[in-house]
Amino acid sequence: MAPGSPPGPAIATMKLNERSLAFYATCDAPVDNAGFLYKKGGRHAAYHRRWFVLRGNMLFYFEDAASREPVGVIILEGCTVELVEAAEEFAFAVRFAGTRARTYVLAAESQDAMEGWVKALSRASFDYLRLVVRELEQQLAAVRGGGGMALPQPQPQSLPLPPSLPSALAPVPSLPSAPAPVPALPLPRRPSALPPKENGCAVWSTEATFRPGPEPPPPPPRRRASAPHGPLDMAPFARLHECYGQEIRALRGQWLSSRVQP
Amino acid sequence: MRYNEKELQALSRQPAEMAAELGMRGPKKGSVLKRRLVKLVVNFLFYFRTDEAEPVGALLLERCRVVREEPGTFSISVPSPGFIEDPERKYHFECSSEEQCQEWMEALRRASYEFMRRSLIFYRNEIRKVTGKDPLEQFGISEEARFQLSGLQA
Repeated sequence: MAPGSPPGPAIATMKLNERSLAFYATCDAPVDNAGFLYKKGGRHAAYHRRWFVLRGNMLFYFEDAASREPVGVIILEGCTVELVEAAEEFAFAVRFAGTRARTYVLAAESQDAMEGWVKALSRASFDYLRLVVRELEQQLAAVRGGGGMALPQPQPQSLPLPPSLPSALAPVPSLPSAPAPVPALPLPRRPSALPPKENGCAVWSTEATFRPGPEPPPPPPRRRASAPHGPLDMAPFARLHECYGQEIRALRGQWLSSRVQP
Repeated sequence: MRYNEKELQALSRQPAEMAAELGMRGPKKGSVLKRRLVKLVVNFLFYFRTDEAEPVGALLLERCRVVREEPGTFSISVPSPGFIEDPERKYHFECSSEEQCQEWMEALRRASYEFMRRSLIFYRNEIRKVTGKDPLEQFGISEEARFQLSGLQA
C-alpha cells in the first residue's frame, strides 16, 4: 500500500472484471500503439523494460511481446502526458490529477518512439474520442441539412475558432530562448486567423501530414466544403484544444530541449 | 493484473452518462438481487451500495453483450476467457420501467471505445463523401492509426 500510510482495517478493494480487461488486451480490436518502453517501478525504483500495447483508453504492459497476459494496465482517463526531466533519455510521464495520484514515468528507446507515444497517449481517452465523434456528428448533420436546399452561404471553411490555446504552456525549465525560428516551422492546420495572442510561437506537432505553407483559400461558394455550423457548444472545443495544448506543450518542450547542448 | 485503482475510483466520481438505482444481480449462481447505484462513466459501469461513496465494483464495457431479459430487465455479459464452463459472466439489472430499461440498453450499447471508434470512422467517411474533405484534418489527427478505415474490419 502507499508508503507511510498507517496500518488499519483493510479496505476491500474494488471489484473489477479483470479477465475482461485481459481479454481486451489480447483480442482482435485495433492496436493503437505498441512497443517496448521502460517503466519506472516507483519513485525510487528502477526501470523495467516492458512490452506496451495501447488499445483504446487502456495502456497494457506485458513482460514481453510474446506474453499472453498483461502484467498490468494503466487506464488512461483524466491524465495528461508530459515530458519529464529524467536521467533516462526519451522519458515522458503519464500524470493523473489528485493528491495521492500516481505519475507513471516511461521512457522510449528513440526520439521518434517517444513522440509517437506522447501523441498516441494524449489522444487516448474515451472522453477525447467522444468529443471528436460529437463534433463530426454535428458536421455531418450540417452538411446533409444544407444539401438539397438553397446553396449554402459562403463561409471560410472553419468551425468557430477556439479561444486561444491554453496559455499555460508549462514553463520549460531554464532553457535558452530560441535564437532563430526553426526552419520550415509547421503552420497550424487550423484555417487562417489564429488569434494573434497565441503564445507567439505556433509550434504545432511535427506530424507526417505537416504541410508547409498557408492554408489554401476556401473553395468558391458553389463548391462549398462544409455548411455553416449550427450553434456550437464551445465547451467541446475548449476541451479538444486543451488536449492539443498538452501535446503541444510536450512537443514544444522536446523541441526546445533538443536545442540545448547537453 | 495490476491496474491504477485510485484513478479508476476517481473516474467513478466523474459526471456520468447515466446513473440510477437499479436492482443488480451478480454472475454467480444463486446471487441475490441487490439495490445498487449504477453509474456509467466512459466505458466503465460502476456500481455502489446506495449509501456509499466508493464503488463496490466496476465493469469494463468492451466486447460485452447487452441483452434484453424479462420485461424491464437486461443483462450485460462480459467476456471471461479461460473459464470453460463459464466463458462469459452475466450481470442482471432490473429497471423500474420498460422505458428506463431501453434507455440503459441504448446507452450501454454506445459505451465502448470500439463503438466510438467505429462511429468516428463512419462519420468521417460520410462527411468525406459529401464534402470531399477529411474532417479530421482540421484537428490534425487524420493520420492517426486509430481512426483509419482498417479499424472497421476489426
